[in-house]
Amino acid sequence: MKASVIVFPGSNCDRDIKISLQKFGIKTSMVWHADAKLPKSDLVVLPGGFSYGDYLRCGSIASKSRIMKEVINHSKKGGLVMGICNGFQVLVESGLLPGVLIRNINLKFICRNITVKVTNNKTNFTSKAKRNSVLEIPIAHNEGNYFASKDLIGQLEDNNQIVLQYCDATGNINEQSNPNGSMKNIAGIINKKGNVFGLMPHPERAADSLLGGIDGSLIFKSLK
Amino acid sequence: MQEVNQELAIKHGLTVGEYNKIIELMGRNPNLVELGIFSAMWNEHCSYKSSRIWLQTLPTKNKYVIQGPGENAGVVDFGDGDVVIFKIESHNHPSYIEPYQGAATGVGGILRDVFTMGARPVANLNSIRFGSPSHEKTKYLLNGVVSGIGGYGNCIGVPTVGGETEFDECYNGNILVNAMNVGIAKKNKVFYSIASGVGNPVVYVGSKTGRDGIHGATMASAEFDEDSESKKPTVQVGDPFTEKLLLEACLELMQKKSIVSIQDMGAAGLTSSSIEMASKGDLGIKINLNLIPCRENNMTPYEIMLSESQERMLIVLKKGKENEAKKIFEKWGLDFAIIGRLTNTKKLELEYNKKIVCSIPIHSLGDNAPKYKREYITYNYPKSINHNSEIDKLDIKDSLLKILSHPNYSNKSWVWEQYDHMVMTDTIQKPGGDSAVVRYHGKNKGIAATVDCVPRYCKAHPKSGAMQAVCETWRNLISVGAQPIAITNCLNFGNPEKKEIMGQFVDSINGMKEACEALDYPVISGNVSLYNETNSVAIYPTPTIGGVGLLKNINNMMTYNFKDSENIIAVIGETSGHLSQSALIYDIIGNKEGPPPQINLKEEKKNGLFVSELIKNKLVNAVHDISHGGIIVTLAEMCMASNIGAKIKVSGSNTDKIKYLFSEDQARYLVEISKKNLEKIKKISATKNIKIDFIGKTQSEIFEIENNLRISVKELKTNNESWFKNYNKS
Amino acid sequence: MKLQVIVTLKKDVLDPQGSAIKNSLSNMGFKNIEKLRQGKTFEITIKEKNEKVALSKAKEMCEKLLANMTIEDYSVKAIKE
Repeated sequence: MKASVIVFPGSNCDRDIKISLQKFGIKTSMVWHADAKLPKSDLVVLPGGFSYGDYLRCGSIASKSRIMKEVINHSKKGGLVMGICNGFQVLVESGLLPGVLIRNINLKFICRNITVKVTNNKTNFTSKAKRNSVLEIPIAHNEGNYFASKDLIGQLEDNNQIVLQYCDATGNINEQSNPNGSMKNIAGIINKKGNVFGLMPHPERAADSLLGGIDGSLIFKSLK
Repeated sequence: MQEVNQELAIKHGLTVGEYNKIIELMGRNPNLVELGIFSAMWNEHCSYKSSRIWLQTLPTKNKYVIQGPGENAGVVDFGDGDVVIFKIESHNHPSYIEPYQGAATGVGGILRDVFTMGARPVANLNSIRFGSPSHEKTKYLLNGVVSGIGGYGNCIGVPTVGGETEFDECYNGNILVNAMNVGIAKKNKVFYSIASGVGNPVVYVGSKTGRDGIHGATMASAEFDEDSESKKPTVQVGDPFTEKLLLEACLELMQKKSIVSIQDMGAAGLTSSSIEMASKGDLGIKINLNLIPCRENNMTPYEIMLSESQERMLIVLKKGKENEAKKIFEKWGLDFAIIGRLTNTKKLELEYNKKIVCSIPIHSLGDNAPKYKREYITYNYPKSINHNSEIDKLDIKDSLLKILSHPNYSNKSWVWEQYDHMVMTDTIQKPGGDSAVVRYHGKNKGIAATVDCVPRYCKAHPKSGAMQAVCETWRNLISVGAQPIAITNCLNFGNPEKKEIMGQFVDSINGMKEACEALDYPVISGNVSLYNETNSVAIYPTPTIGGVGLLKNINNMMTYNFKDSENIIAVIGETSGHLSQSALIYDIIGNKEGPPPQINLKEEKKNGLFVSELIKNKLVNAVHDISHGGIIVTLAEMCMASNIGAKIKVSGSNTDKIKYLFSEDQARYLVEISKKNLEKIKKISATKNIKIDFIGKTQSEIFEIENNLRISVKELKTNNESWFKNYNKS
Repeated sequence: MKLQVIVTLKKDVLDPQGSAIKNSLSNMGFKNIEKLRQGKTFEITIKEKNEKVALSKAKEMCEKLLANMTIEDYSVKAIKE
């Protein structure tokens, strides 16, 4: 599998995701946002960080970058796209995923290990995880509160587009385990076609036992 | 231009004597631009005029030090051609006025000091001190500062991994925000600020220049009074996004062979950076102010030179390398302007609208800046106090819970969860432990870092307090299995023109000197912040120490959480029962009298090296240095971090027990030992003549002092985790 | 020509910042506030003499970037220099 990681001005987790992808044998190239063409890729990754300083709205300016045209084409052709944290924000701003990510309900940046339930393990990104298993993966964001209309949420549920939901250590999806106020405790979703995945937690921060956990590895193993 | 006279000089913060010295050095009356430049360079913040002669007495070398004080940051050797570059700096006055931006730009400034040397920043730490929680401004300042540190550090993508947060009423009118940064580089790719090569182009990169922070350096050297609200416009506004671009662009340029010297524009902006670079190289510099990228219309030379707009760097390039450099900065969307050249006139010459508007002999600004030996007193070690009557009826459990739920000793995750402490995926030990540890990227070794000070010790006896701060950082590095290498210091004091305050400063320097020498742990960088007083009430002397250590193998890192029940708990080091200035007596009982604990540097070294050896030989499972609250609080912290309890035995009367449990004698550690290693440890400690007390064992769930208290670890945690949440609820 | 763009949240969208601001004002003594929603304003100076054309361009800017049409509404108008 070949991956391209898009680097926007202000992306911070590009190096981190490259390390994780390569650790699992996925050949990775770094692609500058102003490039006109994407190298031949199976997977495009939009990394975490603060593209354009989070100006206007998180991910809004990055979503208008020259390279995003190519990323959208890639996804139309069925190519895989994964957006992590700020990358997820870019995906919703560009329309590749529905809904919006707004300010955390308690208005504070949160950097913490949380637990998510794998609600849908039949995706290209979660196939190696057991259904309803609980993964411990860190979050680090100020605008991770997933919001969508009632109808849209209904659609996501009907189409099994909800992939990860914040839960407690035993897998209960409840208010106490929701770190940012996301509707339905949504931490990650896919598009209808199932080839575009956006998630707020950082799997690349949970793929090294020295860093405290390896649950994130399941996502990389599923991608391979 | 406005006429310069004595009155105007005084308005600029200069003394009459200093103004006359300027006239003498110039051979004439300075014009307004020149006066502004002198006032910025000669204020305390830039010239260190009250502190320089004392700072020069500090030890600055050991076998690891490559660059000591005098550059943008210090450099130490980490082996295999790797170096670590670090420094701590203050941003106290601006943070009191505008806490978010003050703290944010403090973080931005220290980041630039590190990456200007060619290092990629890998860790932020900070030491923040506020007034009493009940003071009307504290909540606002706490939230602003923490948001600002997070807002800047998170955006630029450097993890904030350690720090301290403290409250004391002495900071009611003057909060402290000290920001530290650690970066990594290759030994043969470190960049310095010494300019060289007459005719070489001087280049400006980064953000455009605006009217921010004009006279920020002057403000840093002034006390506050009721008019502080009106000082708001002088606070600089930071843009971490631009700094991220600047960081990447600079590091990219540094891969080429085009930079002669580089310096960031910090306090006194273009003025200090151009002057320092040229004077270090014993050269002159000529700048055309019409070429400075400006954000505002009609900026005057005075404004341009004194602006403290953030995220700007000054670079001297090799001739012919201008286009190569320009391409890189344009790629990252940053301004790039060739603004002047190095000359051999040894003057700072500024041209504006084809006229020379400033001509100052360069050495008069830095080297010939005033150097004062201010009057000072010396503090004797206070008489000991007997606390028996205060403690004999105290309930141990009650006292423990009061300390654990006190703002100064509460769990601080409310603070550090607002900081991204994981970005760059190298954080091996996150906030909460004795030291933060980040993996040296791509290698098997680690960088341990910690920042400490106990200001109430320093107030009680400045020399001991400063020694203690150095020792505590040393212990904190040892506790994670690192070898302490060197320190950076941020010396926060009141008005040095008062001999009592100058005395605190001098005694602190002497205390630091002794500790650094005894531990072979020198000062490689630092910062001084004076005039931290409001309406003539000074803060406690606060010499914040940032220590850095080398962890040769990250797999040997030690942590402080208990690993298993039925293991043995031991205290290493002598407990003599010193209670004065302890958390119990000072914060809970409210008695601020008495001496701080004595420092025995020989014991510190002996016990520390013993603990290092135990860790290296894998003979201990957990280590925590004994500090605030004594053995009982240290033990409780180890339990709360692991959800494993403990059962210990203490003998004697209630008074004896309280002295044993809550005293803050120094040079001590708490360790967890597996039964199988007990005999070996007993043998080694006997040969090395180390005092070691086996006080009990770990057990599941319950924290217990035999015949005295029994409490679940869960309940300890509830008490310890509530203060910050409740304080910030409304 | 100078244009003013105001971007506001659609009626049903959650506004945690607005709530926090309202609470803060209430704590400061402004007790009569029933509702508070936070928005954004942009001042655009555009090289265009025809007001109709300028407003139309501004509307396009809103729909393409300045407003997130999923959760925000916008209004544009010309203002005196």
